[in-house]
Amino acid sequence: MTALDTAPATTTDLDSHVPPGPIAEKWDVHRFETRLVAPQNRRRFEVIVIGTGLAGGSAAATLGEMGFNVKVFCFQDSPRRAHSIAAQGGINAAKNYKNDGDSVYRLFYDTVKGGDYRSREANVYRLAQISTEIIDQCTAQGVPFARDYGGLLDNRSFGGAQVARTFYARGQTGQQLLLGAYQALMRQVELGSVALYARHEMLELVVKDGRAVGVVVRDLVTGAVTSHSAHAVVLASGGYGNVFFLSTNAKGSNVTASWRAHRKGAYFANPCYTQIHPTCIPVSGEHQSKLTLMSESLRNDGRIWVPTNRDDRRSPNDIPPEDRDYYLERRYPAFANLVPRDVASRAAKRMVDDGFGVGELKNGVYLDFKEAISRLGRGVIEQRYGNLFDMYRDIAGEDPYRVPMRIYPAVHYTMGGLWVDYNLMSNLPGLFVIGEANFSDHGANRLGASALMQGLADGYFVLPATIAGYLAGQLGQPPTPTSAPEFKDAEDSVRERVNSLLGVRGSHSVDWFHRQLGKTLWEKCGMARNADGLKEAAREVGDLRQRFWQDVRVLGENETLNQSLEKAGRVADFLELAELLCQDALHREESCGGHFREEYQTPDGEALRDDERFAYVAAWEFKGDGAAERLHQEPLDFEYVHLAQRSYK
Amino acid sequence: MTLNLTLKVWRQDGPRDAGRFETYEANAVSEDISFLELLDVVNEDLVAQNREPIAFDHDCREGICGMCGVMINGQPHGPLRGTTTCQLHLRHFKDGDTVVVEPWRAAAFPIIRDLVVNRTAFDRIVMAGGYVTAPTGAAQDANNIPVPKANADLAMDAAACIGCGACVAACPNGAAQLFTSAKVAHLGLLPQGQPERWSRVNAMVQRMEEHFGSCTNHRECEAACPKEISIDFIARLNRDYLKAQFKDRRQLLRATDVASEE
Ligand SMILES: Cc1cc2nc3c(=O)[nH]c(=O)nc-3n(C[C@H](O)[C@H](O)[C@H](O)COP(=O)(O)OP(=O)(O)OC[C@H]3O[C@@H](n4cnc5c(N)ncnc54)[C@H](O)[C@@H]3O)c2cc1C
Ligand code: FES
Repeated sequence: MTALDTAPATTTDLDSHVPPGPIAEKWDVHRFETRLVAPQNRRRFEVIVIGTGLAGGSAAATLGEMGFNVKVFCFQDSPRRAHSIAAQGGINAAKNYKNDGDSVYRLFYDTVKGGDYRSREANVYRLAQISTEIIDQCTAQGVPFARDYGGLLDNRSFGGAQVARTFYARGQTGQQLLLGAYQALMRQVELGSVALYARHEMLELVVKDGRAVGVVVRDLVTGAVTSHSAHAVVLASGGYGNVFFLSTNAKGSNVTASWRAHRKGAYFANPCYTQIHPTCIPVSGEHQSKLTLMSESLRNDGRIWVPTNRDDRRSPNDIPPEDRDYYLERRYPAFANLVPRDVASRAAKRMVDDGFGVGELKNGVYLDFKEAISRLGRGVIEQRYGNLFDMYRDIAGEDPYRVPMRIYPAVHYTMGGLWVDYNLMSNLPGLFVIGEANFSDHGANRLGASALMQGLADGYFVLPATIAGYLAGQLGQPPTPTSAPEFKDAEDSVRERVNSLLGVRGSHSVDWFHRQLGKTLWEKCGMARNADGLKEAAREVGDLRQRFWQDVRVLGENETLNQSLEKAGRVADFLELAELLCQDALHREESCGGHFREEYQTPDGEALRDDERFAYVAAWEFKGDGAAERLHQEPLDFEYVHLAQRSYK
Repeated sequence: MTLNLTLKVWRQDGPRDAGRFETYEANAVSEDISFLELLDVVNEDLVAQNREPIAFDHDCREGICGMCGVMINGQPHGPLRGTTTCQLHLRHFKDGDTVVVEPWRAAAFPIIRDLVVNRTAFDRIVMAGGYVTAPTGAAQDANNIPVPKANADLAMDAAACIGCGACVAACPNGAAQLFTSAKVAHLGLLPQGQPERWSRVNAMVQRMEEHFGSCTNHRECEAACPKEISIDFIARLNRDYLKAQFKDRRQLLRATDVASEE
């Protein structure tokens, strides 16, 4: 019998520390009541930040500006290359510059509803409140947001919303926001308040007496393993979408920092909430190494369709309107092509599964700009999406100004992550988790343009306020010395692991294992899941993990740049996470947002939640290798947004 | 469609190793894969033969992170204009081609291993002044300062730089003028960048000169840039730098005047 055949051991003991009071006042009151660290005392505190994406970059820069001593780590060669750089479409904010009825409350409402009622109301409200400050901050830094002819900021609309609240910088919003944070960070590096460690990978969290007190990192160029201690550790290490091998994430994105912390006691929440993005370029062949997103903003002007006849072999431009099925417009007249991502993805999957797919491999649907181009002119479309169209042409070898794009859903984002309370602190005191690495604000489905908002809200505004409350309690205490046995043990385990990976000398490459893992998960724990498939997947993953440790081939040595070794450590952690992902998906006997269980759907194929049994956050506690993880539940109360079957019709 | 290619790849075990070319055959590879996927295929073969794979930098594989970049037949990022190595697909090569793959060659970018180089000199230029001093929390409403659309668009053109280093690799002098000028122009074109405009250009140019060679207008950088950043920005940089020689000083003078009056 495996752990999967029995219900998980469960406790409902998680305290989210949401402050009391009306939702609109919680954050202000909380900030007032949180203890402060006086400016002259700040330099007596050491803070470690893992990651330089929007979350980590903005946090490290801000903490440095405030006067804390910060060490920041990333595995790329420069902080500017964090995966956030690839975000295309935009960032939401409740500015209501368009006077179309937007407000903090509406952004809050849309986000809770979009997340299929599986997020914490108080966090989401705070996010919506802070959203407007983010735009101000980034503009002040010189982020070149798109502007209209009057010189004011322009907006577009994104899925799951009926207002235009998305700010953007051409198709490179993530790049420009990240460069803003990076530049602020580099200013602090020059000033000496932040020490930067690029090409370094965190491989262990160090915990002493139940508190996070530091990390062990490996220098990716020299292989040196070193300890770093601090009063608090902030993980901003991004999401785990690459557990599926093929995803839109950067190749290096991985779960190691979070997973190592999980093994040291931090709870992992809702791992089964993974987001499949509806508009990506379909797979073209077996050597494909990643999938490319075509920004959701394209759904503003593109119309999605398939031929009504499965065997229609005509070129798309020759298919007349009466032989086309604009299935999103047909099924969801109110939101049409702008339904949320999970809804759009499943609809595309259904079309392809039913044999209506287009392209040589019949594995996509059309996203057509013909009408928009004739209505607005090619120039306007070029201005809005030029770089995306170029990217599509480079990859697919077709010109989207002439023929419709072919798109298909792909793994894109992970709503799950380490559990945090209202202060963004995990259950381990001293360990904070921000950005995509935490589970917090998006429930079971994230709305487009909300990850950038959350990363920057966490890093610029929330964490700098809440971390002070924790640090204030440690005034006068020096950080744990790195000579402490906890550090030595952590270093030893890192070295041991490196040596075991190098010592296997098996017959298959790391990528081979990663591809196998991805295939299993995509087929059985992807866009649609069922109990039998999930059990099978968990078994296959378990077998694969055993085989990995007997048969992986990692060549070379520790003392040089060794990219196979880096990947091997990451894939080893993905193999562990994957089992938990299946377990979480299996235990959640309902469909919600990105988690779709075939057994639980409405007669017309929409996700069917079970609020009686599952309106909670599932936070898993590691209990040792081979032992079943323990489930901690955080019940979710909805005081403001009423639980309802989501409808976008 | 598939291709057979012969690859001559620079292999170098470490910064102090002399390095050498090694030749690999890639047979029947699909023309739809990217150049980095070609390196993946070669690496899988190498591992199967118990030989260490080629080290190369990459991350997003979408042409935006600036992490990838190799010389392909002597051209940074290969033959296709406006394209990074990760976005270069094999349909732009011919069956039977021999392709020479090398790391960036520039004094400021020492080789770490194989095709991987150290580009921290770029970060150092930004550290010197490539920012607007705007500590978190002090910002006014974003729409309080309108920015003429033309300026905002031009600033965005400059800000599109991905910091890959192709411009330096292409330059016979190993100069970093295109990179530096793009950042100076991005910030200098916006109202938010005005207060530090002159001190920024001074500091960045000074730092640049500590690491990189001088620009003698070969224009190779513009041709190599995967984001097609225009060398007009270099002209702008030169103008700003010239003006800064007295404006920056005048600002300093004025600041000391104020200080002595107080
Ligand atoms: C193609 C694409 C387009 C997107 N477009 C949008 C969009 O338009 N709007 C939107 O809101 N969201 C978008 N998203 C989502 C959004 O980009 C991400 O969720 C967000 O950028 C994550 O930011 P982050 O700071 O949490 O992590 P990341 O940007 O992933 O940064 C992680 C950092 O952690 C470091 N790191 C990780 N592990 C370690 C370790 N073990 N040791 C040391 N360092 C480590 C990395 O080096 C990196 O610096 C998009 C995502 C993708 C894939
Ligand atoms: S890998 Fe990011 S630009 Fe090529």
